[in-house]
This record gives sequence, structure tokens and C-alpha cells, in this order.
Amino acid sequence: MLKRLLGHTLMCREASRLLSRGEDAQLSWLQRWRLRAHLRVCAMCARFETQMRFLRTAMGRYRT
Amino acid sequence: MDAARFAAEIEQHRRYLLRVAQLQLRDNDLAQDVVQDTLVAALSGSRGFDGRSSLKTWLTGILKHKVVDAIRRRAKAPVSLSVLDDEASLDDFDALFKANGAWDSPPADWGDPEAALGQREFFDVMEICLEKLPAQTGRVFVMREVLGLGTDEICKELAITANNLWVILYRARMALRICLDENWFGAGAARPKPG
Repeated sequence: MLKRLLGHTLMCREASRLLSRGEDAQLSWLQRWRLRAHLRVCAMCARFETQMRFLRTAMGRYRT
Repeated sequence: MDAARFAAEIEQHRRYLLRVAQLQLRDNDLAQDVVQDTLVAALSGSRGFDGRSSLKTWLTGILKHKVVDAIRRRAKAPVSLSVLDDEASLDDFDALFKANGAWDSPPADWGDPEAALGQREFFDVMEICLEKLPAQTGRVFVMREVLGLGTDEICKELAITANNLWVILYRARMALRICLDENWFGAGAARPKPG
């Protein structure tokens, strides 16, 4: 039941899109839940998340 | 601060302002004009600089308005939306993933990437990576991440949908990440060693 409610497991492609989108918009509760669940088990996407955050930080530093 | 010294300090940021204006407008003459307008506005409005932000950040804020003005003036000859459509597709990066959506070319470990921020050469590499982005993709990314425009504002000025915008920003970040990996963070990158 819970599984049906939360939908299919998030894959890396979709996780990477959500991680980028999260830099620009508030993700829904469900999107965040699925993303967190994925990041707990996927070291590659956790790296991708670090890289996305770093890009934001680096661009911020560039203009100051 | 006296006017001459303020003018000299502002002048030091001309190159940076020009790079950002060129990256956004992709038109050298127009970028020169916009930067000139920005510097003139900064000089005449120097009392508006309260020192709470850095001078560079303050100038970036003025540049933002001048760039948006330039985009609006150019709106009669708008950016090619068909080009934007081409660049608003996610297909290119599908090769990074397997058919089932798992990484095929997974992101590399960048260690402690923030250490790069202390190195001037890193920002040279980043500027080159920004230049290498497809034109419309780069323009949108610079509006968002350097000029600091909100997503609603960008959509309005460029007459694109929020979904277009997310796709374009995703493409920009993906491409920048790969470029920085190849030219700075990756094992094969010829970056200068710190210290």
C-alpha cells in the first residue's frame, strides 16, 4: 500500500533532474521523500548532489 | 571615498562585468555598451553603495538591470525560439544513463571541491566552461546563477515556460559539471596544484 502510494523507485536519471530542479523550485513532499530515499542508497547521486551544490556556491563566489 | 578612487575601484571590475555581459548577451558590441552604462550608473549612483555587499556584487546588481533592459530593447528581434527548443531537450544527456535510468557515466568524486574556490585559475576554467555552453543555454544559466534573476523573471523576459527553464538549467549544470570534471577535478585535468 505504502509502495503503491509512493510510486516506483526513483532512478538516477530522475534523481539528477530533481536535484537540479530543487536548486530553482520547492520540490513537493513526495519528490523530496523519494529523492532522500534514493540518496541514502546511491553514492553516485550523492556525488551529483555535492556537485550541484558546489556549482551554486562557485557561481555565488564568482560574483562577489 | 573620493570620486577618483571610487572610479578606479569600479574600473577594476570592468573585465568581469564584460565577461558576464558577453556570456549573457552573446554580442560583443552590445555587451560593451551595457557595461559602459553600468559603470556610468555606478559612478553617478555611488552613494547607493553602502559597503554591506562587495563592490563586485553591487555592480553585478546594476549590470543585471542593464542586461534586462537590453533584452527588452532587443525583444523586437527576439532570441530564436527554435534554437531554444533545440536546447530545451533532455536527449543529449541520456547517454550518461543506462536504459533503466541508472548512471552509465557516474559522477566522479571531487573530494573537497570548495578548496578550488581559493584558486584564481579555477575561475578562469569556469569562465571557459561557461563560454562553451550552447549559446541560449549559457545565457539562461548566467541570468540565473550570476545575475541572480528569479525563475519567474527569466521566464517572463525570455518568454519561455517554467518547464523549458528547468530543462535548460539542468542541461547547463550537467554540461558544466562535465567540463569542470574534464578540466579541473578529473584525474586527467591539468590543474595547477594548490600552494
